[in-house]
Amino acid sequence: MTTRHQHGASAEPLLSIEDLHVHFVTSRGVVRAVEGVSYQVHKGEIVAVVGESGCGKSVTSLTVMRLLAQPAGRVVGGRIMFEGRDLLTLGDEEMRAIRGRDIAMIFQEPMTSLNPVLSIGLQIMEPLTIHLGMSEAQARARAVELMGLVGITDPERRLDQFPHQLSGGMRQRVMIAIGLACNPKLIIADEPTTALDVTIQAQILELMKDLVRRLGIALVIITHNLGIVARYADRVNVMYAARTVEQGTADEVFLTPKHPYAIGLMRSVPRLDRPRGQRLETIEGLPPNLLKPPTGCRFAERCPYRIEICATEPPLAPVDGDHLSACHRARELPLAAAATSAAAVVPAVDLSAQPTLLEVEHLAKHFKVPARGLLGGDTRTVKAVNDVSFTIARGETLGLVGESGCGKTTIGRVVLRLDDPTAGEIRYDGQDLGRAAGGEMQKLRRQIQVIFQDPFSSLNPRMSVGEIIGEPLSVYRLEPDSRRVKERVGELLTQVGLFPYMAERYPHELSGGQRQRVGIARALALEPSFIVCDEPVSALDVSIQGQIINLLEDLQRRYGLTFLFIAHDLAVVRHISHRVAVMYLGRIMEVADRDTLYAAPQHPYTQALLDAAPVPDPLIERSRAPRALTGELPSPLNPPTGCVFHTRCPKAVEDCRHIVPELREVRPNQLAACIRL
Amino acid sequence: MISYLANRTLMMVPTLFGVAVLIFFLLRVVPGDIVEVKLRGDGGTVSAETLEAERKRMGLDKPLPAQFADWMKGMATFDFGKSMWTDRPVTEEIAARIELSIEVAIMASIIAVLIAIPLGTLSALFRDTWIDYVIRLFTIAGLAVPSFWLGMLVILSLLSFFNWLPPITYTPIYVDPIANLSQLIWPAMAVGYRYAAVVARMVRSSIIEVMKEDYIRTARAKGVYERLVVSRHAMRNALLPAITVIGLEFAFLIGGLVVTEQVFNLNGIGKLFVQAVSRNDFTLIQTMVMLIATIFIAVNLIVDVLYAALDPRIRY
Ligand SMILES: Nc1ncnc2c1ncn2[C@@H]1O[C@H](COP(=O)(O)OP(=O)(O)OP(=O)(O)O)[C@@H](O)[C@H]1O
Ligand code: SF4
Ligand code: SF4
Ligand SMILES: [Mg+2]
Repeated sequence: MTTRHQHGASAEPLLSIEDLHVHFVTSRGVVRAVEGVSYQVHKGEIVAVVGESGCGKSVTSLTVMRLLAQPAGRVVGGRIMFEGRDLLTLGDEEMRAIRGRDIAMIFQEPMTSLNPVLSIGLQIMEPLTIHLGMSEAQARARAVELMGLVGITDPERRLDQFPHQLSGGMRQRVMIAIGLACNPKLIIADEPTTALDVTIQAQILELMKDLVRRLGIALVIITHNLGIVARYADRVNVMYAARTVEQGTADEVFLTPKHPYAIGLMRSVPRLDRPRGQRLETIEGLPPNLLKPPTGCRFAERCPYRIEICATEPPLAPVDGDHLSACHRARELPLAAAATSAAAVVPAVDLSAQPTLLEVEHLAKHFKVPARGLLGGDTRTVKAVNDVSFTIARGETLGLVGESGCGKTTIGRVVLRLDDPTAGEIRYDGQDLGRAAGGEMQKLRRQIQVIFQDPFSSLNPRMSVGEIIGEPLSVYRLEPDSRRVKERVGELLTQVGLFPYMAERYPHELSGGQRQRVGIARALALEPSFIVCDEPVSALDVSIQGQIINLLEDLQRRYGLTFLFIAHDLAVVRHISHRVAVMYLGRIMEVADRDTLYAAPQHPYTQALLDAAPVPDPLIERSRAPRALTGELPSPLNPPTGCVFHTRCPKAVEDCRHIVPELREVRPNQLAACIRL
Repeated sequence: MISYLANRTLMMVPTLFGVAVLIFFLLRVVPGDIVEVKLRGDGGTVSAETLEAERKRMGLDKPLPAQFADWMKGMATFDFGKSMWTDRPVTEEIAARIELSIEVAIMASIIAVLIAIPLGTLSALFRDTWIDYVIRLFTIAGLAVPSFWLGMLVILSLLSFFNWLPPITYTPIYVDPIANLSQLIWPAMAVGYRYAAVVARMVRSSIIEVMKEDYIRTARAKGVYERLVVSRHAMRNALLPAITVIGLEFAFLIGGLVVTEQVFNLNGIGKLFVQAVSRNDFTLIQTMVMLIATIFIAVNLIVDVLYAALDPRIRY
């Protein structure tokens, strides 16, 4: 473990944001995107900024770079001191000379942040020629060196390639190479790994950490993933509704949070390192609308510790030493509130006696994709799902995890019969789902429902909430008269924690969490017994995620529902599932009950996934050795022979290239597909 | 790439065949034929036998499918037939005039592109300032003003202010560039204006879109000079959609020449086309339609090739 940097209070910070205020003038009014944000970054330090979506994290960092959207964005107050100069008062040309030279920025979307028509080489060389006046040849040599530094193999050839020829992880490496090009003093990384898979995320973050430590660069990581914060940050800034609400070292903020919002955040995040069987604690309610922010403490509406004085605005003040909090009651808050959760333990249900509801045997789904042949005819096959078998008992939740493109969603779609299987059998309650047709299929369709990932795009924007939820009722003629439909919609809304009056609203008038509740209400309308949940919480903020997970668990208990829960977040899956199946490139690598799988994973891929996912506890993270899986996810068009994992497996031997391992019992009730077990 | 081009060229055959069928039968649905127009003229009397004999000579007495087959056979051997009016091969009739028309079209395109790209870019970069308003006014006028009217305006002002008219006979540019340009620059400007307006508007909106892209933000975050952000990072992306419009408009321009050549009294294929139609000169009309269709398709192909050259994501 690298040493955590310490500095005396006297050391002059490299970057100091002081009481920053930024507004956006929009047609709907003035959005007060940043109102009183302050934080410091010292030389060589890693600082994290966390907070819910829309709280102003990105706007703050774009303001540092002076790259606010124009003409809407306006800085209305505050200073940004960088090496003794206020960046806000610099001329455009002076500021341009700092960007990319002294301060570099890495953005969230590796797919769209590189120019599609310019070569990788040119894009890396650009800052070198502009800031350092290098010649073409010098810049090229340095670009090759930089690409080696960020772990891109075969850099000479890559220089002449274009972004679309690189994977997401590769592109993010290129972005890092660009950021490092001129040896900046500060790098601001805005959600640098949010768009990437867990194993790639770990590679990128380890790389960034090593580089900034080695080169003495200060790093600001903006993220909503508390695990990342715990693993990498020296200092943490928590933002809420356009303000900084807490600031301190990672240990202080994680172990003794001094702001009720930070406490709530620590409690509501599902964790990989805690025994389960508990409800998640959540922060009820929603963050305030920045068009009309409340007066006084902005968290008051959701705060369990609220008292009268909270109607006045709490200043960001020291609690002890450098640990700051913007709460009137910071000193009286329960100690170590985050570490222990008082949530009720839910009695475990014994599922072993339950009959099997869904049975999938040797399922395969192949897609034909047109190859780039000209006179047509040529197609190639993507083997999205290969020889997959599993069962789900009535009332059980089976979690399906894996990286993007491993075939999770395809399995969900085939079970829903949105796609037809290429081979294999699916039996639902003893009936052959793969061959059911006509009236039989209709009946089955009613029993199997789905909840999608993106609550925004899965709801028709032109239908009111009432119409969306009522639609299946009228399609299947369950409720003949419209007054009954309305009543039923009201009931459903109440069941998912919304209010009947919301039936009049349209999807754009709801928050992400509320929209997801509407999606759940729609799925419940037909009183199904089985629901496929495809990444139902991955688009939501931590505090909202917890609310939805609890809701799903409550519904399961109340109505005896069975879930196939598809997700890439290991902690979320662990929290909600009874059993977990791990997929890689279209095949199941390991299946076991939740506790066994997380406590004693057998398959090398499961072990790697668990290693790669950081847990939100700085003490644990510090004691873990970084063991990032190397290599890229192979293309499903051209999967490796033998064991599909052999290209990245640390235990691979020669035989792994030829033998396709069977999924077999390696321990009681634990199945894995690996020849070396 | 080679196989792609070969493939696309092969694909032209069925398309052109479709055009041929359509034009051939459409022409013959319209009552009246060239023999009457040619021999009767304005009310002359000619015996039915003479008409019949002339029809026979031109092959118009055969059943339609046979006539069509003859035409197709001819085309396949690059024998496009003779003008029914002048009895000269249609290729000669067209060759005598096409040079002028192509030159006007190319000059108009050059003028248009030279004006449109800077104007569109300025308009986008200075969006919602007076510069943008002036340019938008200029381009909206270009869309609204018909080119024949603009042409007449040009001629009238040349006449009344300089007491000068452009030369009437065509001199090829390699013989006397000055004489050539002083004749053709005016019609080129008249048609080029509309062309420029359409392209400038396209360039403006596509630059505005591109400037919002994440990679523009990345370029700025690298400290790239704003000048370079526009010329290197934004332009190439923004020109992609503009190229499609440039190609499409070029094809339309050839059609638009019909009117302009009348106004400027130019002896180009536009004028030839009008004559051919008024005389029911089937062979000539058919051949010219086929020619224009070929140009249309060829321009499309060129656009696609250019697209691939500018966008590395597209490879054939
Ligand atoms: N160009 C803009 N015009 C108007 N409002 C904007 C603009 N950019 C951001 N905002 C608003 O400013 C507020 C803060 O946005 P910001 O992007 O900083 O959030 P964030 O904390 O980065 O969220 P996320 O985690 O989703 O990235 C939001 O309410 C957002 O809607
Ligand atoms: S100031 Fe009051 S309302 Fe705000 S966080 Fe503290 S206790 Fe809660
Ligand atoms: S079969 Fe070989 S490559 Fe596959 S997981 Fe086991 S050891 Fe690794
Ligand atoms: Mg953001």
